[in-house]
Amino acid sequence: MSTEALRLVWVYPDLLSTYGDRGNLLIMARRADLRGLPVECHEVRSDQPVPTGGDIYLIGGGEDGPQALAAQRLIADGGFQGAARRGAVIFAVCAGYQLLGSSFFAKGARCTGLELMDLQSDRGETRAVGELAGPIDPALGLPPLTGFENHGGRTHLGPGAKPLVTVQVGVGNDGRTEGAWAGNMLGTYAHGPALARNPAIADLLIKWATGETLEPLDDTWPDKLRNERLTAIGTR
Amino acid sequence: MTEPKLPIRTRLASGLTKGAAALSRATGRGEGSVIGARVGMLVDPDMLANLAAGRRIALISGTNGKTTTTRLTTAAVGVLGEVATNSLGANMPTGHTSALVKAGPTPYAVLEVDEHYLPQVLEATHPELVALLNLSRDQLDRAQEVAGIAAKWRTLLTGKNVHVVANADDPMVVWAASVVPSVTWVAAGQRWLDDSWVCPECGSTIERSGEQWGCVTGDLVRPIPQWSVRDDGVVDPTGTYHEVHLQLPGRINKANAATALAVADRFGAPVLEALPRLAQVTSVAGRYATVVKDGRTIRLLLSKNPAGWLEAFDMAEDVPTLLAINARDPDGHDTSWLYDVDFSPVRGRRVLITGDRAYDLAVRLEVNDVRFEHVTSFGKALAAVPPGRLEVIANYTAFQDIRAELDRVN
Ligand SMILES: [Zn+2]
Repeated sequence: MSTEALRLVWVYPDLLSTYGDRGNLLIMARRADLRGLPVECHEVRSDQPVPTGGDIYLIGGGEDGPQALAAQRLIADGGFQGAARRGAVIFAVCAGYQLLGSSFFAKGARCTGLELMDLQSDRGETRAVGELAGPIDPALGLPPLTGFENHGGRTHLGPGAKPLVTVQVGVGNDGRTEGAWAGNMLGTYAHGPALARNPAIADLLIKWATGETLEPLDDTWPDKLRNERLTAIGTR
Repeated sequence: MTEPKLPIRTRLASGLTKGAAALSRATGRGEGSVIGARVGMLVDPDMLANLAAGRRIALISGTNGKTTTTRLTTAAVGVLGEVATNSLGANMPTGHTSALVKAGPTPYAVLEVDEHYLPQVLEATHPELVALLNLSRDQLDRAQEVAGIAAKWRTLLTGKNVHVVANADDPMVVWAASVVPSVTWVAAGQRWLDDSWVCPECGSTIERSGEQWGCVTGDLVRPIPQWSVRDDGVVDPTGTYHEVHLQLPGRINKANAATALAVADRFGAPVLEALPRLAQVTSVAGRYATVVKDGRTIRLLLSKNPAGWLEAFDMAEDVPTLLAINARDPDGHDTSWLYDVDFSPVRGRRVLITGDRAYDLAVRLEVNDVRFEHVTSFGKALAAVPPGRLEVIANYTAFQDIRAELDRVN
């Protein structure tokens, strides 16, 4: 492996960090660090250019106003899209997930997205709030997803994006599937934050970025948490 | 004060309010004030307005500290005469109605108001003064976004003839308050910054340097405060420094005291007479209360949201500490906010965790490199620590559970 540090870039924490999104950065950094991988974390505010040389990019959740503003600034800046086209790993949650598609709804208007994934989002009739769970696409080899969703969007996937989860509890994209993945990009509606409840997703992203097979960690507490949540909603 | 002439409908409704409250207490359904007021307000929908008429009223609102600030302000205004107040934190119109019925005619009223209900209560009570403390994220799965509440307040206050006492250090509060011509600015501080990086007026970034702040375009900047918190006291508008002695811990309560003094001063209470009254406040609706049990001296701190946890860590002493987390309706169901809180201040202490959502906290603490022990009840936590001090920091329903457990044994 390279001796260079794994560069984690957290995009726009000033706009898109409404649902404990810092947790995803902290957990990713910790899990790399415990494997002896040197890590550098960059927090890029919305008035700063997004660096194109990162290994893993995180983009999180936010309300309508900040989401629309983030889209405008990312489109004007171009750094994030450049990194995605170069094949950098991208992990997007909630509002950030919607931004990856061609369009989304905010404050009653259709807004242009970043067009990085084959999906688009509109408004549902009701807000989806509550626990979200279901098995993850077997191609990824991960245990079931558990999370908490809180969004008014419905997301429609095109043929270029694969559903991440078959929904058992909750709404996700449309009540049937939740999240999406394509290439090195993975998006989800799950908070929790997602990587606190699903550390295996963090490991998958690190594996995508480094090409390394990772040793297992002591996940006693995350396992207890997962078990409790999945039991509470009756999926086990 | 002479007995005000209440409309007959309001007198009837007040009687029903007291009656229903008494009935509710007698049947063991708790304090009953809210149930009583609900009955009364059915008979007289203008009951709150009629009860408020003739009193000089201050409303206190904000995300955090409103119960404590209401208590301190009530104490300070008490220099001038009798004060009606909703001391138990029932901060919606039914709570205000029952507090005013219970107090009878008083020259003053100091009322804590839920931040979402401020428009309704302001319209009903025609206060002389509104104190706005702070705005930050709270109960994310249900509550409105912070900018939304600030906008609601700003719309409410536009064109109103009311004096505002407001926190000069919270950009969202400043934006909401600055539409009123008459504002007393209090430099009350803002430890939590993550809900005010973007200017609500122009969308540009808010920059901070020392205690100054302002957005990049300059349309929203920190106003010059008339009152400030300095060291262990407060500087008044004449520049005079007053040492503030409180039985309540933490810098945030010095800030709450500064707001209380600013409100009392506006009503005409001399600072030097108000100060000793602040020192008499011991606990507020069970918060900060110290309870001795089995040789353990237990102090209870309530923290409902990330900004509140930062303040609690500022107050908590370096002794064994129990952290308790639930995620029931009043707490909000999404525990993601645990990652908005940096738990490193308790690193190195003996930390115990409990509550419905202790596992969420366990994972959070592990990520924060804080060692902890999990216990399944408050009683087990007590048994696990040696005689001496124990700090308890809990969110809303976890706090209520622990109080109930302590009440049972005492
Ligand atoms: Zn501005």
